[in-house]
Amino acid sequence: MASAKPQKPVPFPTPETQHFWDGTKAGELRLQRCDTCEHVYFPPRPFCRECGSRSVSVFEASGHATLYSYVINHRPARGFDGLYAVAVVELEEGPRMMTNIVDSPQTPEALVLDMPLEVVFEPVSDEISLPLFRPAGT
Amino acid sequence: MQSKTVAVVGAAETTEMGTIPDASETYLIADAALNAFEDAGLTAKEIDGVASSSDSPVAIAHYLGITPTWVDGTQVGGCSFMLHVRHAAAAINEGLCTTVLITHGQSGRSGIGRSGRGGAPSSLAGQFEAPYGGVGPTTAFTIPVLRYMKAFGLTHEELAMVAVIQREWASRNPRASFRDPITVADVLESRMIAYPFHLLECCLVTDGGGALILTSAERARDFPTRPVYLLGTGESSESPMISQMTDFTTSRAFRVSGEKAFGEAGITTEDVDHLMVYDAFAHLPIYGLEDLGFVGRGEAGKFIWERNTAPGGKLPVNTNGGGLSYMHSGQYGMYALQESVRQMRGIAPAQVPGAKISVCHGVGGMFAASGTVIFSNEAP
Repeated sequence: MASAKPQKPVPFPTPETQHFWDGTKAGELRLQRCDTCEHVYFPPRPFCRECGSRSVSVFEASGHATLYSYVINHRPARGFDGLYAVAVVELEEGPRMMTNIVDSPQTPEALVLDMPLEVVFEPVSDEISLPLFRPAGT
Repeated sequence: MQSKTVAVVGAAETTEMGTIPDASETYLIADAALNAFEDAGLTAKEIDGVASSSDSPVAIAHYLGITPTWVDGTQVGGCSFMLHVRHAAAAINEGLCTTVLITHGQSGRSGIGRSGRGGAPSSLAGQFEAPYGGVGPTTAFTIPVLRYMKAFGLTHEELAMVAVIQREWASRNPRASFRDPITVADVLESRMIAYPFHLLECCLVTDGGGALILTSAERARDFPTRPVYLLGTGESSESPMISQMTDFTTSRAFRVSGEKAFGEAGITTEDVDHLMVYDAFAHLPIYGLEDLGFVGRGEAGKFIWERNTAPGGKLPVNTNGGGLSYMHSGQYGMYALQESVRQMRGIAPAQVPGAKISVCHGVGGMFAASGTVIFSNEAP
């Protein structure tokens, strides 16, 4: 039996985050908005941190983002080959999330802070697709 | 009523009991807290102390939106909460915080999203950070710095200078792991670990330990060593996930902790003779100098470049050589405290002449938590 290549760590949803992972599997980036104070937030939770309301709704985000910050890892990592950026992007709706940047050289020259990005989805298991970002318009 | 009497003003359990297959452990902890807030007529914004045992109080405070000035993560088993109550009473009496949340939840039967303190795949960090190739502190602690460099124009050379100056201090310390002088070019030519961080901008990995003994100031005079007094302390936390740090150019936990400690000590940065800032990576002293108020926002890189923190400078910083050159066993804060105590006793290898006040500022996790201790060799 051929030894399997080490895989990326795969998220395990909880009842409070299931809608997010259902969304990425369906090709949607889902955020939450407080029904009371309209605060938009990520990561998922069934209440608003700003005002304490338990009345919150899920909505589909635009998928547009900008590059907020990153590092380019030079050490070995499970499920990754070569140099790659571990990035944080700022979504158009306000929240930030960690991700990887695809369809771009992984260099300081190509990865310029505040560059426009758009979401793409990469299946990593039958149940989980990760939200990744690529330069807008590629 | 006796002075120093503390009361319970809110109490509630989770909304459901028994078998709860639709809630993770973290949410059970939050659900109980939200119900207690309702019982007390409070919101998370009015809570400034957090205690929890099964999950980290840092994670719980962030999940609920609390900015704490006191956290207690004592985990000694099922009676942890009795200890939390006792510690909370002492903290309230001492003015460390005013309103404490002690909260608990466990998915003991359903086993949904067991939180624990590691990075389980069901934890928020496990779901929303772990899949993206982070390999620990070298890719997490470091992520904010490019944003800082863009915001304030900090150069790669200025970042490298932090390591150069700390090596100068280490060269005066016979116990330091690395003592040979280095240049900015040496730093920038060292192996890349996680752009923009080179090997010499990352802390060491070593073995070691340290311990402190504290007693009342009154009793301290009966001991053989010169007493080192506490003038003030502070603590806070922000986010257990680096991606959710509010602003990548400044640490809220640093600011809250520092402000609390300086306020308690009744001093300003002008009064400080010696400073320790936990330096897991070269940008930490930059954030520390600014967030503690020693320099303005965006000024720390130049301040270090101009040798203000170097031997002979007006504010000696990390005089043992720091995590970058002295040692770093994983939780370096103890060694920063040891150096502050040595400086206050007047016995440090690179002693700051006449130093009377030392500030020791630590970080926990990746900008997740912070603690500040202000020492003096003169009784307050």
